[in-house]
Amino acid sequence: MAETNTKTKPPQRRLSGVNEFSINIGTANGSGSQTANLTLLRAIFKMGIPVSGKNIFPSNIQGLPTWYKIRVSQAGYAGRRKEADVVVAMNPDTFTADQDDLVEGGLFLYDEAIKDQIDRDDMILAAMPIKEILREAKPHKDLRKLVANMVYVGVLANLLGIEMEPIEQALDFHFKGKKSPVEFNLKVIQLAFEWAEENLDLNLPYKIERRELTENAILVDGNTAGALGSIYGGFHFAAWYPITPATSLPEAMLQYAPKLRVDPETGKNTYAIVQAEDELAALGMVVGAGWAGLRAMTATSGPGLSLMAEYTSLAYFAEIPIVVWVVQRVGPSTGLPTRTAQGDINLSYYLGQGDTQHILLIPGPVSECFEFGWKALDLAEKYQTAVFVLSDLDLGKNQWMTEPFEYPDRPIERGKILWEEDLEKIKDDWGRYKDIDGDFIPYRTVPGNRHPNSAYFARGTGHDDYANYSEHPRDWEKNLNRIKNKVDSSRQDLPGPVIIKQRGAKHGLIAFGSTDAAVKEALDYLKQDGIKLNYLRLRALPPAQEVLDFIRKHEKVYVLENNRDGQMHSILSLELPGKADDLVSLAHIDGLPLNAEWIRESILQEENL
Amino acid sequence: MAENNKKLNEIGLSRSDYKGKPSTLCLGCGHNAIVGQIIAACHELNIPPESLIKISGIGCSSKAPTYFMERSFGFNGLHGRMPSLATGALFGDTTLLGIGVSGDGDTASIGMGQFKHVTRRNLPLLYIVANNGVYGLTKGQFSATAEEGLALKKQGQNRYVPVDIVWEAIAGRASFVARSFSGDPQQLKSLIKAGLHHKGIAVIDVISPCVTFNNQDESFHSYAWGKSHEVALHELSFVPPVRAIKVQYAKGETLEVPMYDGTHIILKKLAQDYEPTNRAKALQMLEEANDRNELITGLIYINPKQKSLFDLYDLPETPLNRLSADRLRPSRESLDEINQLMY
Repeated sequence: MAETNTKTKPPQRRLSGVNEFSINIGTANGSGSQTANLTLLRAIFKMGIPVSGKNIFPSNIQGLPTWYKIRVSQAGYAGRRKEADVVVAMNPDTFTADQDDLVEGGLFLYDEAIKDQIDRDDMILAAMPIKEILREAKPHKDLRKLVANMVYVGVLANLLGIEMEPIEQALDFHFKGKKSPVEFNLKVIQLAFEWAEENLDLNLPYKIERRELTENAILVDGNTAGALGSIYGGFHFAAWYPITPATSLPEAMLQYAPKLRVDPETGKNTYAIVQAEDELAALGMVVGAGWAGLRAMTATSGPGLSLMAEYTSLAYFAEIPIVVWVVQRVGPSTGLPTRTAQGDINLSYYLGQGDTQHILLIPGPVSECFEFGWKALDLAEKYQTAVFVLSDLDLGKNQWMTEPFEYPDRPIERGKILWEEDLEKIKDDWGRYKDIDGDFIPYRTVPGNRHPNSAYFARGTGHDDYANYSEHPRDWEKNLNRIKNKVDSSRQDLPGPVIIKQRGAKHGLIAFGSTDAAVKEALDYLKQDGIKLNYLRLRALPPAQEVLDFIRKHEKVYVLENNRDGQMHSILSLELPGKADDLVSLAHIDGLPLNAEWIRESILQEENL
Repeated sequence: MAENNKKLNEIGLSRSDYKGKPSTLCLGCGHNAIVGQIIAACHELNIPPESLIKISGIGCSSKAPTYFMERSFGFNGLHGRMPSLATGALFGDTTLLGIGVSGDGDTASIGMGQFKHVTRRNLPLLYIVANNGVYGLTKGQFSATAEEGLALKKQGQNRYVPVDIVWEAIAGRASFVARSFSGDPQQLKSLIKAGLHHKGIAVIDVISPCVTFNNQDESFHSYAWGKSHEVALHELSFVPPVRAIKVQYAKGETLEVPMYDGTHIILKKLAQDYEPTNRAKALQMLEEANDRNELITGLIYINPKQKSLFDLYDLPETPLNRLSADRLRPSRESLDEINQLMY
């Protein structure tokens, strides 16, 4: 069902008022609008009101249209809203189209230099004399274009009631305390504020009023959270290759690791990060490092993940711990590099030739990007296998309000590694692939172990318990089945599902990852529509028993996801073939994050209401 | 031979302690000679087998690490991707020595990208290419180093000009580049020793005939052609520091190359006057030798002072893979600070 299908569309819900509205800012890519947008976002957050920001940007460096959507929501809704209550039109190329998304009676704020036609007569109009205000501010000519965006910050501050102090704090944060850019940007904002004070009397229904709803929250993007989670998870080694939208994860590691991972005793780095020549090499280095006893990781997106298939298969079969962050974008092929999707679930779950299946961790709120960052490294070493963390562009690149990062509640887990003294005790009874404990997880040694019995020969070819080359059918079957059982045995050890129940609900809804925000909003609306659903947020594959029980217990279960084919729906159907008829796929992809209205409408239609 | 196997080196190991599984390569395969010289060199250099790792790609060449040093960790990885595997692995413990074994298909075709980047990064690794101009495991296709016009049984004539691995290594800024020949074991052994004492990438392109698919007398990668066309640049010996005084050469006849660890390579001049320290001259020399249809062997380029990959990373003395878990996780207070910063 597409968003444009209006025939069955229920009446639009008004989400407009004090601390409950959306701003859509249309600018040209590369015009420096990000500073202005983040300043607004952070100032509103500092005033204690839940807020989220989504950057809808093109695959381009400079010139193409880009939008920033700020959702202010006292109710805590952070999902994408299609329509906006306030539109800021700074880009002549999208001037006409930007009018379409505005609600009836919404504010259309625009650069007066744009002389295009205004098509609607149901908008509140305000033209900003940007040139004039800048003339007064006298910026250096190199800065003129960049600070132009500060004009709408000042005008909105005046119209919406955003205080100057949190704006100054936001600028100070953005410019890392550098005085001159803070002062100059603030000057433009103040001039614009004064202009609005003197010239505009609009009496808008949208206002910011101070609350205390963000005190125990932070505002951060998922990639930064994932990077920090990895740093606190004790990663030793990361290799990566630039790809949108994953790049900012290793970049955040490069930013934070030098501060956090210098050994206080020696002053030396307890990690290494290498930018590889491509994704093949990036994962090759990670597999080499994982083999050598390093907690090793990479971050990539669909096209890079495709290139990593062969090494992933090797890691799976040679039982090398690796962590791969997949920040999903829209495929197939190059697809929409700067748009979001949940379309690489199948690719990640089964990546590699032959019978392969991997552990997938799927963070929902950004705080889980941190948590799964360190957990993934533990799990990879514990199970000696590939662990994928499935994020996406919406989660990874956008600013979300989330719980503060929680310090890991348990020590770093290195799994079954044998050093010299361990081998002394074990004596002869050691084989790299021998299941000594009966839990399918063998013991491993790592290069650098100087014990004469330590070495083994790792390979992607058939091998026996002692890592000797073997083409024997019995060795092959035994080994491959053990590996299957090993990965399967992780089910109850992975982050379990989060279930929110409603009394009397007969139907269930399964969703995961970044759609969580929109799902929660949709469930509130559906409750008002008289529809109750139990909601299970899946956080890992292979699924835990609780997930299967949830499916069994409901007459009907919707599986909601941001892709075309309902990949998670297929995976869950395979887990419980007898219940497959009762699993209903709600899958949709157009490059944008799923929104609550679409979810609500889809379910209303399924429920025949 | 049996006598030789029992002789103990300075760390009390016999040559047998450096052996691997029995070779499953063809009888007479040049790669077996390489394996033999690696064993001899490591034995003579008194290298504890546990202090060395061996990594390879895929192909006949890449099977070789199975056949030497069973007490060393080994990893037979993916076709053409040995360099990345070695890079990650050596970060685990930078005190380890690394031997990478690759082939001409593995390095010059599918692995050209990783080859060029590992030379550029100057990873401390002895990178041996067992170069026979042909794909053996898939039974006799042209590799990228096969000469133009070479005829193979099922393939007809090779249409393309060959890749010169030595040339590519020099252009790729490798800090140690040599060529040798499986039929010249003494020189090969000296080069292996020197390569193991080089702090950076040491590429040795070893012409290593495939007796099954590409050993026709006129073929560039055959024993016969190699024997009749080899021109050694110098008589090369590797000298550990304690023995340096014992070696006496007449003045002007030798060139000493000091290595980072106090060892020396001594190059005794042969027919031509060649100093392997200038990249441009090395390329010119190769080009002229090609015109003369010569197989130039020896140390072609060396820069013992080039920074290695690990010089760029300020790593602790304790190998990364031995750092205790508590040294890997920043403090609780530092996370509180970060939470404060995150708005």
